[in-house]
Amino acid sequence: MTVIVVESKLRLDIVTPHGRIFSGDVDEITATGSEGEFGILPGHAPFMTMLKTGMLTCKKSGDMTYFFVGGGYAEAGPDKVTILADSAEKAEDIDVERACAAMKRAEERLEQAEDYDFGRATASLARAAIRVQVAEKRTVK
Amino acid sequence: MPTLRDIKRRIKAVSNTRQITKAMKMVAAAKLRKSQSRMFELRPYAEKMEDVLSSLASGADSTLHPLLTARPRKTVEVLVITSDRGLCGAFNNNILKTAAGVISGLKKDWFDVTITAIGKKAIDYFKRRNVPLRRTWAGLSGRVTYASAQEVTNDIIENYIGETFDEVLLIHNEFLSVMAQKVTKVKLLPLVGTGDDSAPQASVDFLYEPSQEDIYQVLLPKKVGIQIYRALLESQASEEGARMTAMGNATKNADEMIDRLTLQYNKARQATITRELMDIVGGVEALK
Repeated sequence: MTVIVVESKLRLDIVTPHGRIFSGDVDEITATGSEGEFGILPGHAPFMTMLKTGMLTCKKSGDMTYFFVGGGYAEAGPDKVTILADSAEKAEDIDVERACAAMKRAEERLEQAEDYDFGRATASLARAAIRVQVAEKRTVK
Repeated sequence: MPTLRDIKRRIKAVSNTRQITKAMKMVAAAKLRKSQSRMFELRPYAEKMEDVLSSLASGADSTLHPLLTARPRKTVEVLVITSDRGLCGAFNNNILKTAAGVISGLKKDWFDVTITAIGKKAIDYFKRRNVPLRRTWAGLSGRVTYASAQEVTNDIIENYIGETFDEVLLIHNEFLSVMAQKVTKVKLLPLVGTGDDSAPQASVDFLYEPSQEDIYQVLLPKKVGIQIYRALLESQASEEGARMTAMGNATKNADEMIDRLTLQYNKARQATITRELMDIVGGVEALK
């Protein structure tokens, strides 16, 4: 008799060029792909996507963990998800003051847009804004 | 027979050298710690990248991206990474010996070879032997940044796609431990059969977002970039490790030399005293 193994856990690895941010088993993952937000549950079909700067959420037995992801790639399989991020931070590790300062700086640059590279300024504004947003999600207990 | 003063001068000279080698060892240890931690931080990322690519590449159509296409091998590019500075034992020698072996092996098989040298030691080595170099970079080791790795990568990829060469071999030192480095040779391009050459598994049908082409367009050059970046970091950490070991040995040798010279110095001093005593005693005897 063949036993159909239903994968019940996902192995999530978040790695960046500056180190491993997270590694462990989770139940559910939500992330921001280049085409929009997507969710992954155990048993997902092989899937590869680019990531936009955004929030990554994972759920483990009811507890939510939030991450900031600054672009990269995600590879998903039935029992594992690998996030190759250009940068990533756990919500608790985000330096809110720095992010706020970066946001202000980016806004100033956008106002005098001619002097600065417009694309770069918008990108850094988006990064800072999402950082702040993710940081607000940090576990309030 | 060296005089007392000669020996004393030698001791002074050796202990000056010892001071330098000891300081260099300490500096190397500090630098090693820094580059080692950067290397260890990058390792999981590089390994995961490798995993992702090999699972993708097993089902990939090699015509999708020029970096995946293997052309008939005519010209082979050899990318050699050494350090800029010496005094690090056999670190550079080992790598250059391997590189020279690989190059002459390729030439024997009638391949054209182009060479890119990173690090002053490699540049000097090939220049001395009148070997033409395609591209050189100096001043990278010691302050490796992702941007500098990117610069090298762009050049390599551009020339690969422009068919200046059909294969790229990367020769660098891999960091095993502080004491040990291993010279490694890897095929950088084309990106076929990444990982082991096991029979192509039943190709997994991946869903791609936005599209396979778009993902390959950015992911493949990035993979090459990360590989070069990692090689540079490994080489940098190995260099400091090798220098630390070499300088540690030099310090130990200097210690031994100082001990030996001190012994010699004391013996000579004794001999002088004895001689003087005999003179005095002899003089006293003569006066009687």
